[in-house]
Amino acid sequence: MTASPHTSGTFTPQPGAAPLATQVLAQTRMETKLLLRNGEQLLLAIVIPVIVLVGGVLAAEHIGLSFPAGPVDTLTPGVLALGVMSTSFTSLAIATGFERRYGVLKRLGASPLPRSGLLMGKVGSLLAVEVLQFAVIGAVAAVLGWSPTPGVVGAVGAVLVVLLGTAAFASLGLLLAGALRAEATLAAANLVYLLLLAGGAVVIPSTDYGAFGHVAALLPSGALGNGLRAALMDGAMPVVPLLVLGVWTAVGTVLTSRTFKWE
Amino acid sequence: MVDDLTMRYGDTLAVDGLSLEVARRSITAVLGPNGAGKTTTLETCEGYRRPQQGSVRVLGLDPQADRRSLLPRIGVMLQNGGAWSGVRAVEMLRHIATLHAHPLDVDMLVDRLGLGSCGRTPYRRLSGGQQQRLALAMAVIGRPELVFVDEPTAGMDPQARRATWELLEELRGDGVTIVLTTHYMDEAERLADTIHVIDHGRLIASGTPFELTRASGGSTIRLVVTEPFPPGAPASLQDSLGPLTEVHAVNEQSLLITGPADASTLATVSAWCEQHGVLPESLSLGQRTLEDVFLQLTGRELTK
Repeated sequence: MTASPHTSGTFTPQPGAAPLATQVLAQTRMETKLLLRNGEQLLLAIVIPVIVLVGGVLAAEHIGLSFPAGPVDTLTPGVLALGVMSTSFTSLAIATGFERRYGVLKRLGASPLPRSGLLMGKVGSLLAVEVLQFAVIGAVAAVLGWSPTPGVVGAVGAVLVVLLGTAAFASLGLLLAGALRAEATLAAANLVYLLLLAGGAVVIPSTDYGAFGHVAALLPSGALGNGLRAALMDGAMPVVPLLVLGVWTAVGTVLTSRTFKWE
Repeated sequence: MVDDLTMRYGDTLAVDGLSLEVARRSITAVLGPNGAGKTTTLETCEGYRRPQQGSVRVLGLDPQADRRSLLPRIGVMLQNGGAWSGVRAVEMLRHIATLHAHPLDVDMLVDRLGLGSCGRTPYRRLSGGQQQRLALAMAVIGRPELVFVDEPTAGMDPQARRATWELLEELRGDGVTIVLTTHYMDEAERLADTIHVIDHGRLIASGTPFELTRASGGSTIRLVVTEPFPPGAPASLQDSLGPLTEVHAVNEQSLLITGPADASTLATVSAWCEQHGVLPESLSLGQRTLEDVFLQLTGRELTK
């Protein structure tokens, strides 16, 4: 077919994958952009945590709820934990569920982007959104009088809890998204989020739950909340919460890698 | 390229011992009705599915084992979907371009496929034809050696169809190998260097469009009548015509006769009509089309 009248040289093959770092960065940017463009996701990521923080602090002052360390200092680490949970679990599960439904994962599966690169892109976008959440929630908390002094150990502990909490919830979110249909994922991810918000010791310390507190502390939500409170309020290295989150991450990752369906 | 491929879904045999080869720098059409096993075969070549039996080699590579080295070299156009619902058309194309080392110029491709007017439209609000064109653009943006396109013009208006055909022809001219599935005869006849006709997961004919349509007994007579044929109609006409011709019932009111379409055959057909009180609405003589080939091979019509 060399005699084709259509020879132009425009489409002469020159295949090749972009460097992995370029691909991962592009994927991170794309996913972050899409997440921030979605109104419901933004509500979940920013608006609800801010409402919980402001509402919680005002309510505590009005009805005289007693937090030994004061309402802002007690609630803010929990609200940061809530932000991590909403992004790395609910948002990720819903987004990934619809990516499966719309063939995005299938299409990217035929692109040069490897699956590990896709996963790195997702983690990158989760962390980018979390930084944004922390900036907003932290600013609102500061206005309400939050001034944490965690010290070096507490700061390192907080970062570790956030990273491991993100990993644990992301693996569980992907477990949902990879097994259920998109609508079922949407419903389940929101339901689990609400249940954990109410009874998962994420915003309120597990010690305030009575006997159930021992169970709540072993939930990923309780471990994330307790871990951030220990790190930011007491400047401690939250060893037990980190261990709990590590176990959840391992369980979630193993189950997800065995059950995840790309189509 | 594909050798003795067999694929099963539950009790359904989707691909049944299929073997076919594709020449480089050519357009190969895999033609067949819906459910013939076209997409399954294509997706096995693309590495989405593991051959249950037989083997597949693409550019000399195993689509499963050598997936990472194969993927950058091929372009894939899915039958539907493949983009986030909230992503803008050009944004999506630019993203796929970024994943490649030497992508085509995005604006040029957008222009060629007429996607400029909907470039900022979210994917979910694109028309079916616009989504198809975007999918095609995503398949070729990375300057692949080989492109798999699944039903490329399904749902496109005639103008978009022509633009797509011209693009595919230009790709071939520049040395890209193209494998397309289609159930449109005209598409296969116009574009393909080689056509593989498949049905029920089996290869039933292969050749150039010319070979398939003009080969032995290349002419046809098509008889359409005003009222349904009397009982036993195709058989009695076949008896009158003798063994050199073949009679196929297309539907209750039309027949296709292949073989030597000369004056004596026409005379026999007219005589048969008179004898059976059948009133012809039209009796036409013509070259065999791919549609006729398919009917002859399977006893069914390809489309509808």
